[in-house]
Amino acid sequence: MNVWLSAFLILMVLSNLALLGSSRLGVCIRCVAFQGWLLAFLPFFVHTEGAVYRLLLIALGTLVLKGFVFPALLTRSMQEADVRREVEPFIGYSLSLLFGLVAWLGCHWIAARFPLPTEPGMVLLLSEALFTMYAGFFLIVSRKKALTQVIGYLVLENGIYIIGITLAQNEPLLVEMGILLDVFAAVFIMGITMFHINREFDHIDTDRLSTLKDWDS
Amino acid sequence: MISLLVLLPLVLGLLTMASRHHRAHRGLLLLSALAHNALTLFFFFTPPSPALEGWLALDALGLLFLSITSFLFLMATVYAIGYLKREEQYPHQDFEEGFWFNSAPEAIFAGCLQIFLAAMSLVTISRHFGLLWVAMEATTLASAPLIYYHRHHRSLEATWKYLIICSVGIALALLGNFFLSAAVTTGHASHVPMLVDRLIQSHTQLDPRWLKLSFLFFLVGYGTKMGLAPLHTWLPDAHSESPSLVSALLSGALLNCAFLGILRAMQVCESAGLGDFCRELLLVFGLFSMLLAAVFIIGQTDYKRLLAYSSVEHMGILALGIGLGKGAVWGALYHAVNHSCTKAMLFLLAGNILAHYQTKLSKDITGLVRVLPITGVLWLAGFLAITGSPPFGTFISEFTILQSALHQEQYLVALLYLLFLGVIFIGMVFPFLHMAQGAADPKKHAANETWTAVLPPIALGLAGLTFGLVGPMALQQVLLQSVQILGGQ
Repeated sequence: MNVWLSAFLILMVLSNLALLGSSRLGVCIRCVAFQGWLLAFLPFFVHTEGAVYRLLLIALGTLVLKGFVFPALLTRSMQEADVRREVEPFIGYSLSLLFGLVAWLGCHWIAARFPLPTEPGMVLLLSEALFTMYAGFFLIVSRKKALTQVIGYLVLENGIYIIGITLAQNEPLLVEMGILLDVFAAVFIMGITMFHINREFDHIDTDRLSTLKDWDS
Repeated sequence: MISLLVLLPLVLGLLTMASRHHRAHRGLLLLSALAHNALTLFFFFTPPSPALEGWLALDALGLLFLSITSFLFLMATVYAIGYLKREEQYPHQDFEEGFWFNSAPEAIFAGCLQIFLAAMSLVTISRHFGLLWVAMEATTLASAPLIYYHRHHRSLEATWKYLIICSVGIALALLGNFFLSAAVTTGHASHVPMLVDRLIQSHTQLDPRWLKLSFLFFLVGYGTKMGLAPLHTWLPDAHSESPSLVSALLSGALLNCAFLGILRAMQVCESAGLGDFCRELLLVFGLFSMLLAAVFIIGQTDYKRLLAYSSVEHMGILALGIGLGKGAVWGALYHAVNHSCTKAMLFLLAGNILAHYQTKLSKDITGLVRVLPITGVLWLAGFLAITGSPPFGTFISEFTILQSALHQEQYLVALLYLLFLGVIFIGMVFPFLHMAQGAADPKKHAANETWTAVLPPIALGLAGLTFGLVGPMALQQVLLQSVQILGGQ
């Protein structure tokens, strides 16, 4: 395993832990942007063969969208809704970190059981991808702000993207671009919806979106 | 030629968004629906040649779901023309909480409807798993603005849940895609593209362990979209808050498209000898969906939510039918057709009832048959159809599934299936009869039912009835070919 890949893995773990432990939305957005930059370089660490222009295009698309456009959209939503930090999450920050560490070990355990190709670093890459997905899921279910849920969705998507780059080496360029486009449209539409939520309720706390249910309590 | 199915509604949809006149919006919407129907009908007789190196092609299974989508869209469009006219004056007053709200601009609504159709068509014709995923996510994105047509806090809540839950679910299906790709590369077949037919051809080279994982994620991912319990949580909210014609499309067309995604994955697994693994999973999910729907239908006060939970039930029946395999496959596919017609009819009728009575609570509605004669009678007929009573098509399809379960000596499955159907029948009979019968509220005088409001439900109801009395007719050929594709009998 080369030194670049190790650096990538360490930085991904750190950014995930920062996401789990931070209450400031600005920090979370910067972490997601940072992950986007890291992911842009990932294809070059993993793939040693294949057309260079294809790798370059994927890397460029990732860098522009995940590294710059999404964070910019999120920052704009944050400013419009005038929120700076996540207040009173369902699960506190130290507990989130603790769960995160346990999950990290769990991801290693699971990844070692996958029928992976024997190339070096595969197990670590997969466990890192699973941990990133875990962090995304955790943010979606344990935080209240709509914005943090979108951040969680992006982190989840990043985790899946790592698996895609590692395992799906024969995915055509058109599909890769289609996936990026779809994620872009999803974030864009979530942004618009958040704008409406903010205008309607004067806040973006999703725990207050609780009118619709089957039984009155 | 085949790409017209997608391009036509897409371009017309964008044109609709750009135009400013109500007449243009509705005209373009109708044009889209009619042209799409004409194309689908044409493909029935002359199958189109594949396009984009085999990425787009129409097999019998795709054609079946495309026909359902296309027909339902035409019905919803006719209904929409009257609906949009009614919605022209705003602001509207909310009848539940009394505040005033606006609707989304008609250009956006009509445009998104057509883009939604384009995305669903793409789902039915894509043969490449990556493209299928892209199309599936596109259906979510195009339909989110439709749910948020009435701009108030409840529909906003429904839209947010729909967006987040379905996006996350579909992200998991993307993982399924990547695992499928891993099944190809670790099985030393890395030259094989992710096309359904090519994967089936080279099934011996696929790694079964990855294939199993991939099917699991496809099932969970697309199952979220399809509304299989316990992944259905977005469904009742989205169906109850969106305009009725959108609920009809979500329930009748979109859920089926998601089901098609699962079936595609199953086709590949089947060829690699993992058919039984897939069927067991589908069987469990199917039964659980029926159980959960039964629990929530009993005592449900809101009739639109009632219909939504009934969709969970019927998606469960579809999964169960495929899960049983053999003869039940035909039953499940035929049930998809019957359920779509019936459920779309009921949702459109629910729209009529809602417009007149201004309440979603079934206990506040009486005398439907007297106040809205056509709607009321159809509502009763729809009740019989949705609970699988003769002489409607749903009876034949549900009965076929039961018969197959008994043939295979799966007595426990058959017993649970009958039990859930029975409980759901009882749960639905009270609200439906209460609404239809009784004295009319003297304050609510009889209303005129416009032809756009009753013609589509009549057509859908007649379709369901003839499917029961005559059988699948022209569809039989397509159904039999689809059964063959899925390895049934």
